[in-house]
Amino acid sequence: MVQAKALTKRFGEFEAVRGIDVEVRRGESFGFLGPNGAGKSSTMRMIACVSPRSDGDLKVLGLDPETDGPRIRARLGVVPQQDNLDVELSVRQNLQVYGRYFGLSRAQTRRKADELMEFAQLSDRADDEVEPLSGGMKRRLTIARSLVNEPELLLLDEPTTGLDPQARHLLWDRLFRLKAQGVTLIITTHYMDEAEQLCDRLVVMDGGRIVAEGSPAALIARYSTREVLELRFPPGHEVPPERLTDLAERAEVLPDRILLYTGSGETALEHVHARELRPLSTLVRRSTLEDVFLRLTGRTLVD
Amino acid sequence: MTVLDQRRGLLLRILPPGLYAGRASKLVERSMLAYSRMWLVFVSGVLEPLFYLLAFQVGFGKLVGEVAGPDGRPMSYVAFVAPALLASSAMNGAIFDSTFNVFFKFRYARTYDAMLATPIGPLDIAIGEIGWAVLRGGLYAVAFFGVMLAMGLVTSPWAVLLIPVAVLVAFAFAAIGMACVTFLRSPSQFDLINLALMPLFLFSTTFYPLTVYPEALRIVVQVFPLYHGIELMRQLSVGALSWGMLGHLAYLVVLAAVGVWGAARRISHLLLR
Repeated sequence: MVQAKALTKRFGEFEAVRGIDVEVRRGESFGFLGPNGAGKSSTMRMIACVSPRSDGDLKVLGLDPETDGPRIRARLGVVPQQDNLDVELSVRQNLQVYGRYFGLSRAQTRRKADELMEFAQLSDRADDEVEPLSGGMKRRLTIARSLVNEPELLLLDEPTTGLDPQARHLLWDRLFRLKAQGVTLIITTHYMDEAEQLCDRLVVMDGGRIVAEGSPAALIARYSTREVLELRFPPGHEVPPERLTDLAERAEVLPDRILLYTGSGETALEHVHARELRPLSTLVRRSTLEDVFLRLTGRTLVD
Repeated sequence: MTVLDQRRGLLLRILPPGLYAGRASKLVERSMLAYSRMWLVFVSGVLEPLFYLLAFQVGFGKLVGEVAGPDGRPMSYVAFVAPALLASSAMNGAIFDSTFNVFFKFRYARTYDAMLATPIGPLDIAIGEIGWAVLRGGLYAVAFFGVMLAMGLVTSPWAVLLIPVAVLVAFAFAAIGMACVTFLRSPSQFDLINLALMPLFLFSTTFYPLTVYPEALRIVVQVFPLYHGIELMRQLSVGALSWGMLGHLAYLVVLAAVGVWGAARRISHLLLR
């Protein structure tokens, strides 16, 4: 669906994307994980054919965005980072008018709007204005709108940023359904839980480069341990990390806590207690993509 | 894809891909839907010229009486001012549509970003938005002409051409306005537009002929785009035709073309980067 080789995007002197290789296959759900400013959105805009590449090769649906932009866009669905719904139109009209932009007939857009409002659970708000809708509803409407042309490839840029947990889960559920229908998804996110939930395969981006690639499970297995022991010490009574590092394969010292990477968090915790260390709080948990990112870049994902 | 291919008009073949998809009419459709809730705008647009003409008929007409028309023959002052007011109202309506409304969609609502994610290109957006402004301008022009007719201010059959010329004036100003508004960064800069429109309205021979100015100033006034619209209309209103009218016409056509091209380029430059 998407093939990028040495894909580069420059804005003047600044290099936002620094030669990345990506391949997205039909039917999969692919993620770009990285902090803000990693180059995810720039990459998405190039794939969406609304930003010309500065260098490298890019094929979307087998076509070149430079020469076949409109033809590619006709088969894409795009959910931008910031909602850009038409605030001068109602919920239903938003869907209908958008369908018209894709060249659908009036009868087609009417049918499609009903179907999509059902899908987005917005049928009872059909004739309402867009502005008073909640953040989650606007997001669902934006996703519904992106489906009006029955796209083969759906691009979602930070789909759940700013939503409350309930709204996020509802949205994820809708995305799972789309995936089950065979729609290829490309998602950017800086939430590791979202990437783990939604992506079959992902790349971790940092500073315009890809630093790792694989399925969430494979990335965790490769770059982290099975479990993590988090220790938080009272302010003023921090323990020098050297007294702990021998308990784990690896340790990360964060401003507010120490992470010990180990096969068994409970065993490590017993050793900590045996050494008469008194952390304020402890937590044993499974490794996540956050740990992978920390390992690869030395930084946390969400500041 | 097939729809795109079937509709390959001339523009589609000569323009670079991605600039134009032949779907400008879909934007006009959108505007019609959006405005269907705001019908009051139309009422005010139609009433405005009526008030203007009444003021001149009842007020100024009493004071000024007759003036020399474009062909030298005397005419009533109201009849002299009416075509100029038509040109000015076409300008104002078009500018309003293509600046305030476009700015809002461009900078805040990101409506055009959403459109550009579909096959629609920057030239579709420029033509669609300007087209809507022209359509509205045309509607107002018809209403204005109706009022002129009812007040007995139409004396020549050529005056029917006031309507298409008003549409052209609306087109030219909408196009230039849309191109210019892409340079604005904050709503406070709209005062710049008002600052440009006010002298244009007052000094483009709207209320008196060019001959009142000293030689040097005439050249300045002749650069004003509205001047050409007004001259064209005033001559048509009494049926005083001249070759010079082709010059006025050409000025407006060039202005419109430059505006459409500039607006499309600016949208490309700012939104597709």
